[in-house]
Amino acid sequence: MSWFSTFLTSSIGKKLVMSLTGLFLIVFLLVHLTGNLQLLIDDGGRQFNLYAKFMTSNPFIKITSYGLYAFILLHAVQGILLWLKNRAAKGGGYAVNNTKATNTVAGFAKNMGWLGIIILVFLLIHLYQFWLQMKLGTLPMVNYDGVEVKNLYVPVMDAFSNIGFVIFYVLSMVVIAFHLWHGFQSSFQTLGLNHKKYTPFIQFLGKAYSILIPLGFALIPILFFLRNS
Amino acid sequence: MSDMNLTLKVWRQKNNQSKGSLETYKILASEHMSFLEMLDVLNEQLIQEKKEPLAFEHDCREWICGACSMVINGQPHGPQRGTTTCQLHMRQFKDGDTIVVEPFRAKAFPVIKDLVVDRSAFDRIIQSGGFISVNTGQAVDGNSIPIDKDTASAAFDAATCIGCGACVAACPNASAMLFTSAKVSHLNQLPQGKLEAKQRVLNMVSQMDEEGFGLCSNVTACEAECPKEISVENIARMNREYIGASLTSDKFV
Repeated sequence: MSWFSTFLTSSIGKKLVMSLTGLFLIVFLLVHLTGNLQLLIDDGGRQFNLYAKFMTSNPFIKITSYGLYAFILLHAVQGILLWLKNRAAKGGGYAVNNTKATNTVAGFAKNMGWLGIIILVFLLIHLYQFWLQMKLGTLPMVNYDGVEVKNLYVPVMDAFSNIGFVIFYVLSMVVIAFHLWHGFQSSFQTLGLNHKKYTPFIQFLGKAYSILIPLGFALIPILFFLRNS
Repeated sequence: MSDMNLTLKVWRQKNNQSKGSLETYKILASEHMSFLEMLDVLNEQLIQEKKEPLAFEHDCREWICGACSMVINGQPHGPQRGTTTCQLHMRQFKDGDTIVVEPFRAKAFPVIKDLVVDRSAFDRIIQSGGFISVNTGQAVDGNSIPIDKDTASAAFDAATCIGCGACVAACPNASAMLFTSAKVSHLNQLPQGKLEAKQRVLNMVSQMDEEGFGLCSNVTACEAECPKEISVENIARMNREYIGASLTSDKFV
């Protein structure tokens, strides 16, 4: 094995892959939220549709999006494999388990596998519902000042007027919040970035981020539903 | 001296091949006994009843050897923080309590008998890098290499690890990262250890992986259960030293 594959397949290397892909996805969430917040502009979806057009046609964004697909896949597959490997390494639990942890987010740490799988299910539904429709589906077209663009606003309106879907969406955001609650600060620890001066700030930022970002996502379907009903 | 009537549920397992189970025993203990003395009393009782005594490990009984590995009521070395089983006293429990005692659980720590597990995986991790290379001969003068107090203290804090394995027992992934990082941090922070720092961290992590321990999920149960209260800052240090050594070492394998 070359030094590089030895490095990346070692225990620390595998965690490094989880950490770096996780941090990339954390940044992606902020970009995605910025896009979604344009749904709240009360212009019948004009701004949002033009943004969707830009995001699917700009070559730099296209290249980045291939990286994104790869990182999501890598994070999910590696995460599930490590979860199984870790369970096997324990080889059964205790009749009584009372182990404490010094980190307050440890309860989430133990459940990253479950939380991740729920997020993966949400993601597959989410991709089918919006991403696939944009890429392959037959969305109605809309004309803004002579520019013909796909009207992604329509399936969004449809989805967000369904109370069942709105509840599912909001609950999924809660799961993402829990996943981030541990994941954000854990990714820095894995990279070895633990320092008395900076770790308290990283932990604070991680908690703020894992509340504010999912909250921002969850507000959109709630506001849409309230506006439509 | 106040006596306590206790119900013990203890893991009994004949050998590595057999399936074990929790056996229930009634015992009269004193609140001044250490947990190990209480188990000694249990064994006296079992011997008088012509039953097989309970196998458990112990050596120094003064908090420095790390032999007394067992999980008491779901916590490695019992409910008291920062202590080994030998320093846990029965006054931590109440009259009439039921106490569950199990061996450390990890694939890399197979049960030998009852509460005794094979922790030789730790020895092999130490052998792979827990040393410095020096020429033998006349003893070097003490303090011939000046080390500032903060560095010496940080290295010493890591060096207090007694290799008991509570970190592995507490970890839901049975990860040995706290142990290995303590050993790496002990030597890699000191001038004497710096010469072999890169190879040390590469070798020790490689050996740790080979032993079949799980990966760290930054749960920090290890830090909470460590009888020497070793910090998970050491795990971060090992991570960055490993990443740095992998990327900058001259060796290709």
